[in-house]
Amino acid sequence: MFKWLKSPASETQITHGQRMWLYVTSVITMMLLVLPTFIVIPMSFSDSQYLEFPPETWSLRWYRHYFGSPEWMQATYTSIKAAILTMLVATPIGVLAAYGLHATKLPYIRVAFVLLITPMMVPVVLIAIGAFYAYVRLQLLYTMTGLVLAHSLLAIPLVVIVTGSALKSYDMNQENAARSLGAPRWKAFLTITLPQIRFAVVTSALLSFLTSFDEVVIAMFISGGDNPTLTRNMFNALRDQIDPTIASISTLMIGLTTLMMALAVIFGRNKNSA
Amino acid sequence: MAVTDINAGGLRQDERMERWRLFGLSSPALVLVMVILVIPVGWLFYVSFIGADGTFSMENYERMVKRKSYARIFQTTFEVSLLTTGLCILIGYPLAYFMSQLPMKWANLCLIAVLLPFWTSLLVRTYAWLVLLQRQGLINEWGMGLGLWEEPIKMVHNLNGTLIGMVHIMLPFLILPVYGAMRAIDRDYLKAASNLGASPARAFWTVFFPLSTPGLFAGSLMVFILCLGFFVTPAVLGGGTVILVSMKIVSNIELFVNWGAASALGVVLLVLTMAVLWVASRFVRLEQMTGGGH
Repeated sequence: MFKWLKSPASETQITHGQRMWLYVTSVITMMLLVLPTFIVIPMSFSDSQYLEFPPETWSLRWYRHYFGSPEWMQATYTSIKAAILTMLVATPIGVLAAYGLHATKLPYIRVAFVLLITPMMVPVVLIAIGAFYAYVRLQLLYTMTGLVLAHSLLAIPLVVIVTGSALKSYDMNQENAARSLGAPRWKAFLTITLPQIRFAVVTSALLSFLTSFDEVVIAMFISGGDNPTLTRNMFNALRDQIDPTIASISTLMIGLTTLMMALAVIFGRNKNSA
Repeated sequence: MAVTDINAGGLRQDERMERWRLFGLSSPALVLVMVILVIPVGWLFYVSFIGADGTFSMENYERMVKRKSYARIFQTTFEVSLLTTGLCILIGYPLAYFMSQLPMKWANLCLIAVLLPFWTSLLVRTYAWLVLLQRQGLINEWGMGLGLWEEPIKMVHNLNGTLIGMVHIMLPFLILPVYGAMRAIDRDYLKAASNLGASPARAFWTVFFPLSTPGLFAGSLMVFILCLGFFVTPAVLGGGTVILVSMKIVSNIELFVNWGAASALGVVLLVLTMAVLWVASRFVRLEQMTGGGH
């Protein structure tokens, strides 16, 4: 152990002992990144109506409350539906855009790229009130279509960036080879390129799903009426009190995230991962 | 060239067509951005110049200049954004450095620790902090249990809580590009510095750190921009005591239904954001801001 502390740690001949502080703070930082989120899991299994840790008596009370509430169920259904539809809209048009901008040699690609990532840069509140206004005129307010379009807008930059960076490390000559052998462009793309960038495409799809599922501000403005989203209801509940039902919903959402990350790893396993 | 002039012309024509067709693949995405973002925001810009009586006026902007409360909101927004960015650098840079020193296998494991919160719901993480930091929360309980402090400390619904939550949410945005930049640094430079007699600290500050600044700059810029327009976390953890521009915009619409005032605030926020991006784009390629991570 002492020998290790005295041994050089990097090219600069600094010893492990001399930069012990770096190891300690890094481990603490990583714990602080991961652990706070998980605190809600034990708390969600409490029987008390106050949040306590560790819970004195364990129960599924708050899960029963969640699954027994028509409002929460309706909101969950709306959110899942919106998230799946957003994934189905944003992924194909985002991948198409990323591919188009990657393959063409027009000078306008920079402008188009910047335009496609603006939804990430513009404050989301501004997007929300803009969409609210537009939807009043287009009669899309409180509709699923409107919600999915607005969420797709938010997801497109992610799809374009993730897929775009995968295309950058992909050798387009493979596709050109297929085309020179007589395959039409779309077929060359589907059979040669797409399988090789699939990790990025799967990641994009999952990120689109989560973007929509987790979105609050836009949903606050345009998803009212009869079908508010889950996060909109959660946000409103949070502003009022610390309802343990939120802890149980949060636990379920952490489970969903973990599932998504696992899916990304399983379906996207690829040497060329982005 | 074996092709005749006529054929060459035809080929050029074909190639032009092909370029435009490929460019056209991005049109559905571009149309969506135009219809849901650019046109509505353009309209908000127009509305911000309409006064209460429905004619052209600068009153929405005049109000912002005249009223002290608006100046304070902008000041708070900048302070909170700067503080969050600064804390993210202080906390995130060493972690990114630590990860960049590890063998790939271990670094990827650490990367999961950074990416997991990135993928977890923003609302869930904010809620977790609300639970942890409240008066009877775990942190107060443990702190008092260990005898670190006597009375419960107020850590939420104020600036502290807002900063803690925002730093936690923003850290991955800083760490990923910094880590990416650090991985790209050729370690032989450090070996050379060391061989020439530089102390570890000197080798770090004169060789490694400057080479990592593009990533650091990109990450900090991303965090700062996102903070300027952040709503959810400060709204929950600030509890109405820390008022940012985004929150004022929402309350202008939800409580006062004042589109003119909300739009003017939104326009100023957008212009400030764009100005920061424009200034930054002199120093860093914007693509780097987003291309550093996963």
